[in-house]
Amino acid sequence: MIASIAEKVYSGERLSPEDACRLWAHPDLTELGMLADHVRQRLHPERVVTYNVGRNINYTNVCWVKCDFCAFYRQPGSPEGYVLSQEEIFAKIDELVGFGGEEPKSCEILMQGGLNPRLRLDYYEELLGAIRDRYPMVQLHCLSATEIIYIAHLSRLSLAETVARLRQAGLDSIPGAGAEILDDGVRDIIGFRKDRTEEWLEVHRVAHGLGMRTTATMMYGHVETIEHRLQHLQLLRQLQDQTGGFTAFITWSFQPDHTDLAADPGRWLGRKATGFDHLRTVAIARLFLDNFPHLQASWVTQGPKIAQLSLNYGIDDFGSTMLEENVVSAAGTSHTGQMTLGRMEKLIRDAGYEPCRRDTNYRRVAARPQPEALRKAATA
Amino acid sequence: MTSLHRNSLEQAGLGPIHHKVVEGQRLSADEGLQLYACDQLPALGYLANIVRQRFHGDCTYFVRNQHINYTNVCNKFCRFCSFYVKAKDERGYVLSPEQVADRVRQHLHAPITEIHMVGGVNPKLPYSYYLDILRAVKEARPSARLKAFTMIEVAQIQRIAKKPLEEVFADLRAAGLESLPGGGAEVFSDRVQGDLFWTKSDSEEWLRIAAAAHRAGLPSNATMLYGHIENTEEKVYHLCRLREVQDETGGFLAYIPLSFHPERTELEHLPGPSGCLDLKELAVARLMLDNFAHVKTFWIMNTIEVSQVALWYGANDLDGTIMDYEITRKNFKATQQRLTHQELMDRIVEAGRVPVERDSLYNVVTPIAPPVAQVA
Repeated sequence: MIASIAEKVYSGERLSPEDACRLWAHPDLTELGMLADHVRQRLHPERVVTYNVGRNINYTNVCWVKCDFCAFYRQPGSPEGYVLSQEEIFAKIDELVGFGGEEPKSCEILMQGGLNPRLRLDYYEELLGAIRDRYPMVQLHCLSATEIIYIAHLSRLSLAETVARLRQAGLDSIPGAGAEILDDGVRDIIGFRKDRTEEWLEVHRVAHGLGMRTTATMMYGHVETIEHRLQHLQLLRQLQDQTGGFTAFITWSFQPDHTDLAADPGRWLGRKATGFDHLRTVAIARLFLDNFPHLQASWVTQGPKIAQLSLNYGIDDFGSTMLEENVVSAAGTSHTGQMTLGRMEKLIRDAGYEPCRRDTNYRRVAARPQPEALRKAATA
Repeated sequence: MTSLHRNSLEQAGLGPIHHKVVEGQRLSADEGLQLYACDQLPALGYLANIVRQRFHGDCTYFVRNQHINYTNVCNKFCRFCSFYVKAKDERGYVLSPEQVADRVRQHLHAPITEIHMVGGVNPKLPYSYYLDILRAVKEARPSARLKAFTMIEVAQIQRIAKKPLEEVFADLRAAGLESLPGGGAEVFSDRVQGDLFWTKSDSEEWLRIAAAAHRAGLPSNATMLYGHIENTEEKVYHLCRLREVQDETGGFLAYIPLSFHPERTELEHLPGPSGCLDLKELAVARLMLDNFAHVKTFWIMNTIEVSQVALWYGANDLDGTIMDYEITRKNFKATQQRLTHQELMDRIVEAGRVPVERDSLYNVVTPIAPPVAQVA
């Protein structure tokens, strides 16, 4: 029975990790949904689902970390490795801005890449600065914790100094990528060269200390247990209690195609996480992460139907329009091609909500994007 | 009776309906409209699940079946269909009784318990053809339950037989027919029919043929094709008419809402139903159709992801490990057409339900060791 947990939820009391554990063992999906939806309505009483105009830019695919769950990276020296030039990056931003308009900081660039040993702090400072100077309408939501740790290491600077310099150069906020599952045992199995749990948390702690906002993510459905997922949520909630700097939590399932992990039956059972699991995971995250204002959908991995259903399981934001996505797409998931702004708005309306554009910090943006500009650019 | 979630249910505007559902009272058409108007999907699912648990507990049925489409030639030209071709089209085919038997024999190594056979309305086919293909299936695989011919096909078979329906059903039964699928019902609305399928039987004829089948000892399923141009009133009417006929005959086994796929049909410009609508159709049907034992989520159309979730939204049947489904094949990748037995079981168990294999008539198939394939 989850009666005592339901009472806690309805009276606004915080759930303990044991409560979350019991929720995970509770099969009734509709009850989880009602509880999560209750919390979501309390936090966001307006019948609105927000979305963000943005695109991913992957400035390099060169990465020495070789995480086994990733199909995107190329090792240093690979003929398929690339680093985008500034001109290429500008062209991508021009396309986004044509779509998203001129309002300051209203268009989000989520720029991330591999850990490329040739790129030092000066490269990033120059690139971020150039974008900032040229595109006042762009929010630079860039560089995962993993990249920032590596840049600090290469530049022999402290984390705090590195983050401060990147910020000085134009970095506005930091995406939550690279969290995977915050457990060193799990990280040893899926990507042992990657930063440790405490390192990931430290980057966000430092950024929050400097007044920057960041997001947090979780990638589940590989080798972790339910206890690992709970521990992950617990660590995020603790840090958020201390800093309050996270704007949103985003979770998605491991996409196995073309990854080393999926090719190794000793580590992976060959079963991709289901939409059912996704709805339960977001619902429990919504219930447990009581100090996170927003939860984003992951339509890129879950597809339009499950992403829409997740709006009933605690999600209040549809995420980015993501004009471009390469990392998940490399692992066999290609829902990006199916999603247009019109489609996204229809999915939101069909679920009983009004779609509303927001910026990276969840301020509403009045201007509607211009899909026509995008179509023109595509046919030009 | 107090409910833990009374606040949530009341907030969703479902308080009074919840009370009736708990008491086992029949819901009115107006209440059907209220259910469709509710956007708080988990609350809707919670109500539907009360009824589902009452009927079936955690039992979730599936079937191992083979689909055979004996012809794709059709003179109905329904605007929502991507399967049919016109009589003179070079892509048109008719399977001979021998070819039908061959299709069945191809899968003899698989533990199939149901053959599902439907086709276009092809006026060139004589009455004997229909009896011959039934016999061909039964001879090739006597142990499988034979479910064939929608009410629309039956209307054509009767036309060509020039006999009363009762006699036609007696002939079909004698040739091996054991039940009818529920296709061709579309939406019971003259307005929708006038726009999308005006050449086909109207709703009352569909219901009349279904009732006649039931009286002849042939149970059937019932369907509704949703997510195109229909409105909520029409859907509620559809459910209420099915419920009335079921009160009279008791011959409907399962209700199956069919999620419209606009790809490659004349209605391609429509977006098609969303995941929320897919679940809502199942939940509302489970609540309204209090005299139907089974509500099925047809995973090929709903996707397996939504269908698994639907096991908490009123559905107690996942259909099956389908072989050779062709009606919407052109719209899908081949890999999405099949699920292995194990995948289907895993989905049911993960959803916290108990998988139960059934045949066409919802008899439980006792687990036996699958026959070993005679393949080198």
